Amino acid sequence: MSENSSSATTKISTYLMMIVLIVMALSIVALVSAVYLYESDFQFAVVLLAMGLLAMGLSVYVLLQSRKRMASMKIEAPKVMTTIECKKCGFKSVREFQRGDFIFKDLDPCQKCNDKMIITAIYKEVKEKEKTYGV
Amino acid sequence: MVMFTAMEVLPNLFGGGGDSISSILSMVFYVIFIVFVFYGQRIQMYVMIREVEGSLYKLKYIKEEGRKIAIETIKEIGKPQTDPSARVDRYLEYFTISPQSMDPAGIVYKLDHILDVRDTRLKDEVKLMAPASDEVQINNLENTLEAAMALNYIYKVVRHYYIQGKKTLSLYIIMQLQMILPLVMKEAEAYASALKAFADGQPIGDGAGPLVAAKLMHGYETRKVPKDCVVASVPIEGRTALIIKAEGPGGNVGKPGEAVQAVINENKGKIASVIMIDAGLKLEGETVGEVAEGIGAAIGGPGVDQFKIEESVVKHKIPLNAVIVKEDIGDAVSPMRKEIADSADKVIERVKNVILERTKEGDTLIIVGVGNTIGIGQ
Repeated sequence: MSENSSSATTKISTYLMMIVLIVMALSIVALVSAVYLYESDFQFAVVLLAMGLLAMGLSVYVLLQSRKRMASMKIEAPKVMTTIECKKCGFKSVREFQRGDFIFKDLDPCQKCNDKMIITAIYKEVKEKEKTYGV
Repeated sequence: MVMFTAMEVLPNLFGGGGDSISSILSMVFYVIFIVFVFYGQRIQMYVMIREVEGSLYKLKYIKEEGRKIAIETIKEIGKPQTDPSARVDRYLEYFTISPQSMDPAGIVYKLDHILDVRDTRLKDEVKLMAPASDEVQINNLENTLEAAMALNYIYKVVRHYYIQGKKTLSLYIIMQLQMILPLVMKEAEAYASALKAFADGQPIGDGAGPLVAAKLMHGYETRKVPKDCVVASVPIEGRTALIIKAEGPGGNVGKPGEAVQAVINENKGKIASVIMIDAGLKLEGETVGEVAEGIGAAIGGPGVDQFKIEESVVKHKIPLNAVIVKEDIGDAVSPMRKEIADSADKVIERVKNVILERTKEGDTLIIVGVGNTIGIGQ
């Protein structure tokens, strides 16, 4: 079921891609024709040039928009960090989260004082700053 | 007699004059104008339908990813003998019917019973799907499946209104859907990021309350209280604080209502204050991890636990204080942000202030850390 539906989503983007490619090819034909007709029929060449540029611009825009949409669909797993601390000597280390980690889990003895170390925090860091909208 | 053709007359009428290109352009302009006068609303509707369609594709993708993550996690942790996909699909379609409210007397206990039955049923399903998993993993898998279930439901509801709008070509159905879509998408994205956190057992933003409670009770002896909660007796500022949280580190919210009732009854109602700590929804413009203080039962959910806590404190005339950590819906169900983790110490300071200001030395009080304790031990 899942495979069928995902392929349906892909099919639509392939369909769109085909249309974009055809329009792009036609716009190239229009641009080339405009160059050839420049000497003999200037007015028609200008019309072809305008049409070619417009079609080319539109197809590039649609292509970029669909790529943007595909990129926004991805679910990005944030980087989650685990802080490990020794309660006796205060030695602290931060590493990436591993499955099975939980806050207050006892870990291997401390490298410095040999006392047991525990996980004191698990968190993700959000890089982007929130917009304040000037208020 | 001079005969004029339409192509010669019309451009001059519309003020075009000049060469044939400007005549064509002005003709096109007027055609577009007329089309927009008669079909503007319909064009607007098609634009909206297109927008909803794009979001629907995204929802479909998120929903399928959710299902995939749930199945993969079950296979990895639960080591089932058979493929769990069919069972997962059945699980995703489960529904709960809320009790009849025509005569509201006693509805809380009816709802409580239905929620208990639901919880037991879903847990049993997870046990069958993942026979090799322990209690903590079962709780985490249950949370993962519930997030996948929420995504499935959101997708289906949006699809329903989209198809209905397209079938009836009703601008108002489509418009309503398009207007609430940003909020729906925000919620769906929050559940999508919750999936991975639940599958891996990472603490989530909603765990702010249990995190504070765990920090306060760490190193002290704990005992179980109904239901799925633990309590520890901790001396704070010359008072005895009975600290309650859901039992971790598995994904679990417990039933703090029952736990508070049980602890108050054990102490024969001699409790100086109840302080509840929870994650609270922030308004736009407020900072994540901001700590605020207030009065009342700081607890979300269907309201059963809030009712029980309020009933107990009213019976014994116990003051009810609340401290909340502000965050938005996305932060509440996704891996805990550093700002929220860091706010735990600020909350402890605020709780100590409340204790000093609102209770006397030698008093006994209750501190409840409300929320999902996934990834947080005690």
